[in-house]
Amino acid sequence: MIRVQAEDFDPGAELSRFRQTTTDVGAVATFLGLVRGDGGLIAMTLDHYPGMTERQLEAIEAEARRRWPLADALVIHRHGRLLPGDNIVFVATASTHRQAAFEACEFLMDWLKTKAPFWKFEEHAQGGAWVEAKSTDDAAAARWE
Amino acid sequence: MKILYFAWLRGKTGVGEEDVDPPAQIADVRGLVEWLKTRSAGHADAFADLSLVRVAVNQDHVQPDHALNPGDEVAFFPPVTGG
Repeated sequence: MIRVQAEDFDPGAELSRFRQTTTDVGAVATFLGLVRGDGGLIAMTLDHYPGMTERQLEAIEAEARRRWPLADALVIHRHGRLLPGDNIVFVATASTHRQAAFEACEFLMDWLKTKAPFWKFEEHAQGGAWVEAKSTDDAAAARWE
Repeated sequence: MKILYFAWLRGKTGVGEEDVDPPAQIADVRGLVEWLKTRSAGHADAFADLSLVRVAVNQDHVQPDHALNPGDEVAFFPPVTGG
């Protein structure tokens, strides 16, 4: 399941709900991404492409389900203006065994970071700037090609 | 044809979205970009370095040689930085 939203989410509540929707599951892996407040960051605004964002995330989830035997998968991604320490993204995967859950969780994040149409704008005391994409993210995504 | 701009491409072009009617001989994304560059100095600036620009047609990532149709939704944006 995919959710793209401006409002915050409660990772603990999401995990509790996620683990209850599935049976015959031996492993749940999760990833929580936060706004890192280093370098004097005041705020981070996530721009996105409504419609394409959901479409791409659904395609990435479908690809993860094709590659690993997942009982369930969840991706929540926020947009709008966020502050240091705020939740940005939550990924959960459930499978029979831990290896599939771990790998699928990592795959979802790696592909999300290079394919889902989100853009970060950072505000500092001296002004604001769009975050540039990292080649290390491309390399991380390419591992799964 | 509906054109969308995101992140700094929106800032440089000065528009988030515009409806355009390109000449019939424009067949692909590369041709559309060259034509869009003539719309304003901001558009020319936005497309000055195409190595920094990514494109989606009808909400799927495509390459510059992707063929276009009149009703397409074409979006231009920098490499994505979510997650």
